[in-house]
Amino acid sequence: MGKEQSILSLGKLKEGDTAVIVRLESSDLSLKLMEMGFLPGEEVFVDKIAPLGDPISVKIGTYLLSLRKEEANAVMVRK
Amino acid sequence: MKKNIKIALVGNPNCGKSSLFNALTGLRQKVGNFAGVTVDKKTGYISLAKDTIASIIDLPGTYSLYPRRIDEFITFDVLLNADNDSHPDMLVIVADASNLKRNLLFCSQIIDLKIPTIIALNMVDVARKNGLAIDTQQLAIELGVKVIPINAREGKGINDLKRAIQTTVPVPEKNFVEVRPLCPEVVDGVKEITKVTSDYTAFQIACHYINIFCFNVEQKGKIKQLLEQHHFAMSKLQGEEILQRYERINAILDRCTSQDQSRQQALDTTARIDAVLLHPVYGYLIFLLIFYFVFQAIFSWATYPMEAIGAAFSWMQESLDNLLPESLLTNLLLEGVLAGIGGIVIFIPQIMLLFGFISILEDTGYMTRVSFLMDRLMRKVGMSGKSTLPLVSGMACAVPAILSTRGIENWKDRIITIMVTPLMSCSARLPVYALLISFIVPDEKFLGFMNLKGLVMMGLYLLGWAMALLAAFVMKLIIKAKEKSYYLMELPIYRKPRWGNVGITMIEKAKVFVTDAGKVIITISIILWFLASFGPGNSIEVIEEKYASMQPTESITQTDLNNQLQAEKLAASFAGRIGHFIEPAIKPLGFDWKIGIALITSFAAREVFVGTMSTIYSVGSTEDVDFEAIRERMRNEIDPETGEHVYSAATAFSLMIFFAFAMQCMSTVAVVKRETKSWKWPSIQILYLTGLAYLSSLIVYQWMK
Repeated sequence: MGKEQSILSLGKLKEGDTAVIVRLESSDLSLKLMEMGFLPGEEVFVDKIAPLGDPISVKIGTYLLSLRKEEANAVMVRK
Repeated sequence: MKKNIKIALVGNPNCGKSSLFNALTGLRQKVGNFAGVTVDKKTGYISLAKDTIASIIDLPGTYSLYPRRIDEFITFDVLLNADNDSHPDMLVIVADASNLKRNLLFCSQIIDLKIPTIIALNMVDVARKNGLAIDTQQLAIELGVKVIPINAREGKGINDLKRAIQTTVPVPEKNFVEVRPLCPEVVDGVKEITKVTSDYTAFQIACHYINIFCFNVEQKGKIKQLLEQHHFAMSKLQGEEILQRYERINAILDRCTSQDQSRQQALDTTARIDAVLLHPVYGYLIFLLIFYFVFQAIFSWATYPMEAIGAAFSWMQESLDNLLPESLLTNLLLEGVLAGIGGIVIFIPQIMLLFGFISILEDTGYMTRVSFLMDRLMRKVGMSGKSTLPLVSGMACAVPAILSTRGIENWKDRIITIMVTPLMSCSARLPVYALLISFIVPDEKFLGFMNLKGLVMMGLYLLGWAMALLAAFVMKLIIKAKEKSYYLMELPIYRKPRWGNVGITMIEKAKVFVTDAGKVIITISIILWFLASFGPGNSIEVIEEKYASMQPTESITQTDLNNQLQAEKLAASFAGRIGHFIEPAIKPLGFDWKIGIALITSFAAREVFVGTMSTIYSVGSTEDVDFEAIRERMRNEIDPETGEHVYSAATAFSLMIFFAFAMQCMSTVAVVKRETKSWKWPSIQILYLTGLAYLSSLIVYQWMK
């Protein structure tokens, strides 16, 4: 496995990155994230990082969602 | 006898639910509150056939049936609790076609509740722009419920929807997913205990029975025992349920929709606008410009209608005064009730303007971007990005600002914002500051070009901001959160504002303020009138008799006599007595009993301070205030005990600091009570702000004297 294949959290991605969701870290938040469309196998695109560094906005499915980095860190992705 | 059916509108946030509600009901709607909570309950009426009226209730938007916030619990309870007054006979789910997948999750949960349901598929036009074609007939077959395409913004498809509502809508036949296999014993057990018939309702009850109001202690005990016996793993099963739902939704979407990957027009346009509005430099510049514009509107444009309202009420007072016989009742009517009503109506221009702007900013999708830009800063002091607009509006007036905190979903963020907003320097402080600054600050230039008076005024504004942020930071550490806070927020695509909706919001908010906060304001106004007009025993009558026998001489005109009479009456009134009574407490701040009276009367509104000072120094009535004359009297005022001037620079600064922090505004108290549903928060607010004002003034006076 190359470096490209490693699993990291969504909050670590840079603006313009696309990744595939691998799993959600188990927490109260994970249920909420699933409702919003964060499911294993879905593609997620980092649309913007707020000028102050947090929160971030991502495209999931056909819409834009903004979330704080600590929330995004519950989503594990593969680039 | 007319038949009345209850219909509830449900759907995700941003799906166009309010647009549909307005399109269906127009102005035939009323806004109330769900019992005991600050969640708006909007109900509207439509006549369907000759003998049928439908009452439509607009339930708070929610992404799923798993409630987390108070407004989601309301939706949950109305849908699952058959004893809830608002429990509907029929549901209309509004689904956003451009976001079909996520919207179908909620639809699928609703279908499994087995309530007669129609889906209103909104924003098909946006979906098409993004290259998504939907076969609605096939979708209806797959879901087992009617699907009516509509365009709520343009009012298209509304008649089709009305027709569909009039036909008999069946209960959905098939379950969308089978939840019973996940935990058969629990589902069967709950059905047995509660007599509900749908598997999914039973499953939801198992997850949330503690918060459902209709079950008695015995039933709840049985459910608890049942869940323990079968080791009900709620979160895991809920996760399982959502996965199963999305699996089926994906399969259905494959059969009912086709996506042209190359077309993303609506999303592309939004991305282009975001590139500017969320830009590190231009983004903040535009944000500042827009917010300055809103502030300017409520700060200065609103003064024209406000002055007209003030003049109209003065005129009414005057003409009624001439018309009605001089009596206690006339007095109560004019100076208690009419003044109170005037004090309510005067806020309407500011409230309508602010909510007009808020409605436009939310409708276009910009408000979520403001949160995105500001969240990091505001979070540091315990608020959220959504607190920005209320705080900025607070610089004009705290009343509409606090009403606008409804937009903040998180309870703790909202309470903190409400608690610190009155610290923002509002326009009612201006006359007080102007009087005191002109009294102590020389008309000089600082560093040769900056006006010293302007500089002090700016300092007072900055002080308000700094104290608001500091207080918020302290409260962040003290106040306990009621619920888990999430930021997660959809950034909707940019749309044109819907002017009809803007108008309806403006009218609605003004109505709500007048009816809800009005009662408190009138009551306080009458109490203050009583305190200032009556005195213990016959003290007032004695003074009136004394002046009745006096005649104007060459040196003392009739006006002077009248002014002196008013001053002496005020000094002898209950307010005057209280002023004397609190003098020992306010002496260390540099205030005498006369200022004490003005502090009491200006609880009605800060600017009343100037009028009371004018009366008390017998330089004129409350209506026409002569700044120069008051200043002259203040300058010459001598303390009878010490023989020193009462108004030193120390006293004036101490007063300014007092007005910067103290909660001298009954209308703010009234709206905080309305927005928090109890007297607890306004009481805490009055105590902490008065305490803060007292301590700060004490320090300033003792240090400067």
